[in-house]
Amino acid sequence: MGLDFSVVPGFFDILLLGALWTIAITVAAALLSFFGGIFFAVIALYAPWFVRLPFRAFEWLFMGTPLLLQLFLIYFGLVQVGIDLPAFVAGVIGLGLHFAVYNSELIQTAIVAVDRGQMEAARTLGLSRGQALRKVVVPQAVRDVIPPIGNNMIALLKDSALVSVIGVSELTLSAQRAIGATYRPFEFYLAAAAVYYVINLGMEAVMRRIERRIRLSR
Amino acid sequence: MTEQRHFVDIRHAQKSYGSLEVLKDISLTVERGQIVAIIGPSGSGKSTLLRAINDLDPLTGGEVWLDGVQVNKSLPHRQYEKHINAMRQQIGMVFQHFNLFPHLTVRQNVTMAPRLLKGISEKEADQLAEEQLAHVGMLERIDYFPSQLSGGQKQRVAIARALAMKPKLMLFDEATSALDPELVEEVNLVMKKLAEEHMTMIIVTHEMDFAASVCDRVLFMDGGVVVEEGPPGVVFRNPTQERTRNFLRKHLEGAK
Repeated sequence: MGLDFSVVPGFFDILLLGALWTIAITVAAALLSFFGGIFFAVIALYAPWFVRLPFRAFEWLFMGTPLLLQLFLIYFGLVQVGIDLPAFVAGVIGLGLHFAVYNSELIQTAIVAVDRGQMEAARTLGLSRGQALRKVVVPQAVRDVIPPIGNNMIALLKDSALVSVIGVSELTLSAQRAIGATYRPFEFYLAAAAVYYVINLGMEAVMRRIERRIRLSR
Repeated sequence: MTEQRHFVDIRHAQKSYGSLEVLKDISLTVERGQIVAIIGPSGSGKSTLLRAINDLDPLTGGEVWLDGVQVNKSLPHRQYEKHINAMRQQIGMVFQHFNLFPHLTVRQNVTMAPRLLKGISEKEADQLAEEQLAHVGMLERIDYFPSQLSGGQKQRVAIARALAMKPKLMLFDEATSALDPELVEEVNLVMKKLAEEHMTMIIVTHEMDFAASVCDRVLFMDGGVVVEEGPPGVVFRNPTQERTRNFLRKHLEGAK
């Protein structure tokens, strides 16, 4: 039995819808991981110990265990304690927090690396420590790690396929449904791979644009 | 309490790091509108003294007063933070390495602190930025980023940024030391202009000619003490102390 891609166009609308869900979940989780990453980095560096220590445990949970397990915990586990999240929301939270922890590591390193003179200049003008962090140090640190954060976001796009296991009808699950109806796994997995690739190209283009825009301000 | 204080009044400033004493009982007064230069070899404590004035490097002993208010008064932490932030708004500082904010444009560098701390509107802030940048001859670069400027231009913007807070006192910490020789003059000209406008300034510098031409008084520091102090004509031409003579001789030889 050879490859026959003529079956793919018939499922075009299903795959397109899957692609849109993949984009939606990726964008939402990327935003959560970006702002969450900044928030976590500031906590990790500046919060008092009784906030920092529980945060460490949380960080370990997200860095030291499989993302798949984390999604199960959030979607199936939390129900037991009365938190019944829609699959999409659970997926965004799982992916977002998982990558927020990775982004936080990058941002922490960058905050520490910002020249000490920046904090001094800000304090000299009369800014408080908090104002200086918010207006001067953190924005610079974040700019410095935009390229590696971009790499994390591409990893996030790929890992978004995992939310198919909690029933979000994103691209991978849509492909599986098409396969269920046609018994043509190779064609549909390849078609899904091509779509992931195109989304990936789009993300890279966005990242390049952002990097170009911040080039002068670094 | 009715005692008349000097505009800047540093009394028995003392600073040690562990057993290393970098400032040994230094007293210094500056009147309103006066310009004082601090010279001396590296490691003499001159930058530490300057940075103690706005509490960037807190003293371990002694007092710093500005215009009748003690800068480094002892207060509970929270209150002290509030107090020192308010004091620092009145004390402009210019650094050797400029320390402009690279993520902000020239305009935003100048307006950020006034907008945040004085709550002025965007329109007022723009006007302030234009005024201050025109003053240092940088108006035409108002929408550039620091990475697009030369060292001399960066330092002029840094001066405008400090002036935008309308400080009572300006501190210059080797403002021209990091500049290429051909860029020193443009910064010196701005500082001279401030001198003509009677800004009170304390200047740590290695440039003896500049110090001689704008300053009312020169302090020579070495080993954490003020070795000699007086009008530039006296300190530079007829120093009474052997250490001053040695330093000046070495420095002038080095310059040639």
